[in-house]
Amino acid sequence: MQFIQERFNYLFKSTKGLILVAIAMIGLETALFGMLSGPMAEFGIRDVVVRLFKMDLVQAEREGRIIILYHSIAMAVVAIETYIITAIIKMKEFYKAAVRALITVGYLCAMIFGMGFAYWGHHWAWHGLYIAGLALIYFAGVLLAIALWPWNKEYHQPDGAYSRTIKGVDMERVAFFAMALTSLISVIFGAVPGSYFGNGFTVFLAENIIRSPEKITMEFSVIGHLHIMLALIAVAITLIIGRWLDFKGILHKIAMPLMILGTIVLNLGVWGVVTPLEPVAHMIIYIGATPSMLAALMLVIFGWDKFIRQGIAGIEKPTAWQKLKALVRDPLKFGPLWQMVFMNFTVSGIGIMMAVKLDEIFRVWPAREERIELTGHWHILSAIIATIILLYYGDMIGLIGRVRRWYGWGIILLSDLAFASVTIFEMKRLFISEAEQQPLVNTVMLLADFGLGMLLVILAMVMIWRLFDLFKRKGRWTQEAEQNDLTGEVEV
Amino acid sequence: MKLTPWSLILALIFLTACTSVNLDASIPTYDTGIDPETWAVIPAGEFFSGQFSEPVNISYEYDIMVTDVTVAQYVSFLNLATADGTLIFDKDKIVGFYPGDEFHAVKHEVEIPAAEYIFVPLDDPASRFSFDGSLFSVLSGYENHPMTNVSWFGARGYCSYNYHRLPTELEWEKAARGSADDRPFPWGEEITLNNANFYSSRDPFEDMSSFGSWTTPVGFYNGKVYDKYQTLDSASPFGLYDMSGNVWQWTGNVYEGQHYRYMRGGSKDTYDMDLRIWVRNNATPTYFSPGVGFRCVRGGE
Repeated sequence: MQFIQERFNYLFKSTKGLILVAIAMIGLETALFGMLSGPMAEFGIRDVVVRLFKMDLVQAEREGRIIILYHSIAMAVVAIETYIITAIIKMKEFYKAAVRALITVGYLCAMIFGMGFAYWGHHWAWHGLYIAGLALIYFAGVLLAIALWPWNKEYHQPDGAYSRTIKGVDMERVAFFAMALTSLISVIFGAVPGSYFGNGFTVFLAENIIRSPEKITMEFSVIGHLHIMLALIAVAITLIIGRWLDFKGILHKIAMPLMILGTIVLNLGVWGVVTPLEPVAHMIIYIGATPSMLAALMLVIFGWDKFIRQGIAGIEKPTAWQKLKALVRDPLKFGPLWQMVFMNFTVSGIGIMMAVKLDEIFRVWPAREERIELTGHWHILSAIIATIILLYYGDMIGLIGRVRRWYGWGIILLSDLAFASVTIFEMKRLFISEAEQQPLVNTVMLLADFGLGMLLVILAMVMIWRLFDLFKRKGRWTQEAEQNDLTGEVEV
Repeated sequence: MKLTPWSLILALIFLTACTSVNLDASIPTYDTGIDPETWAVIPAGEFFSGQFSEPVNISYEYDIMVTDVTVAQYVSFLNLATADGTLIFDKDKIVGFYPGDEFHAVKHEVEIPAAEYIFVPLDDPASRFSFDGSLFSVLSGYENHPMTNVSWFGARGYCSYNYHRLPTELEWEKAARGSADDRPFPWGEEITLNNANFYSSRDPFEDMSSFGSWTTPVGFYNGKVYDKYQTLDSASPFGLYDMSGNVWQWTGNVYEGQHYRYMRGGSKDTYDMDLRIWVRNNATPTYFSPGVGFRCVRGGE
């Protein structure tokens, strides 16, 4: 009994244990349900999986299933970010415990019962528990926003190296607070249309109505919701990485107000799509995105400069090569910032190009081709966020030496190979005709599948290692059970 | 030097991506036994429309072609219509007159004024017909394949030349689904590889390692065996073939505030999810592709 109790306490009471459980759940879900589409369907594996697990896949309900799938994965990612935030930001112990308990029960309910409802028939109780899970997560978010309230004196920033107001209010904490608060409001933009459409047992994927000239308010709301929630998850991970790398100095002082401004304006723009401001909402969104991305750029500059300085310490006149080596010597620290840069080639750059050339190029293509760009770029953004979390997690669990390098570079190179391949696939019509595309499609799909597949293998190896570790009496888990501060786990 | 094997593998992979596709590769020739000149009668009455099966009434009877328009049928039209001046040559394409759409200046809407518009390109290597300077002819083996690389104008032009028209989306959907139930595919509830021509469906006209997926003859999925390839009879309740897969089919609706034209049915290039009856695709009316064809209706409206 004690054996189980100790492991349970580690997995559900310690920061690293909670994160491990959430990563494992996402890994399992991705591995299982990833076999239902794309090349896995082509190879016939989908049919085997459906039969083996006795899934109930009604053709008309595919869109509904996918929406629940996205939500259940997203909830686990939000839970991971929340665990980290509650570990690295000062808050009262009650809030920390309550937020973690609520969000853990919430995402597990949403994931287990949501997927059960979506893929194994429609028992009303499962749907109820799925909704209850989402509601618990929302309530955890409310408590988190209260816990993050930045204007309490006890949370003021005493160190002048960090961004703060004249009165000492910690601007980084304000940025976290703004992210949490706006997330709570933006969630409503999904919840209300969710009820509206769900009440009539209808459902749609946003990418399928993108060309419809007259969308109803609820459709706009869904489109706004999915964009802003992913953007807010990205804002959260940027702030988390900043705290991990001890982002400070002049760039921090500029970046934090920019991030706060960007977060608020970005949200205002998205909320505007359901108001008469809809015609100018996109412009407001662009205005909001710019300072947010500038803030991220400042974090990248700060981080890379820091890595180089640390790496060349003691060298009197370092060469450019030595500086480059210093920059990339630790893939787990370099990786998250590199992924943020890489994102500009595969997500932001594509998005800007689409916006600029929409009528000229992309709307000349069939809707199904435009859909590939739309779904491709946000899948990549989601996956990039996941890789950043995995890189941070590698540091969190204290990977060192060769394992650290292989794990880190494996994630970076394999994921970027996959993302670049998907980007070429998305944009192929710019340079190849339909009739002649097959060899190119085969190649980029092979590279994408190889990259993502091997990434999952790396993740599986880590998870198996952690599973075996749990059976050891004095395994790594016993040390992690005592640790709650996640910053600076490994100094390379 | 340690990287050499990896570099070689990567170089090979990228070289594979640059391989050119032989668009003239020989194909098997099969007589499906389905006559493309046949029409089916769709009676007036209700049917279940869309993903969520809303009851919709079409108050008139109409006829619809049992198969897509074939390359042979379209080539015949090209020869007749260019000879009588309905269609004219314009550099690298055949064009015909379209009276234009009402323009509402909605965001993203492109004006389609009365003018000559492309029917088919003359220089596209993926087209399944040839032109020797005086006559059009079908590339050998493609006589009974669906006509592709035809724009919406070209599809509409063919139908109207023969005093027919393109089906509306609802007419198309009723013809595909029948009146009795809310089936997702014309033949029933589930899809297998032998029901239709879709991406990676492993039919005799597919080689994913080289050219990809090509069209199958119209009516191919009728339960017959072709060189040991067993098809399932996948006709719709009204006896129509290829209402899912093979080629997307242009429909006739012109919607207010949009210049896009809608297609139904999925194609040889799409996954099975796009073969569900309610799935829509759209493109500009000048768009043409090796994966888009059409069929006509007559009567009604």
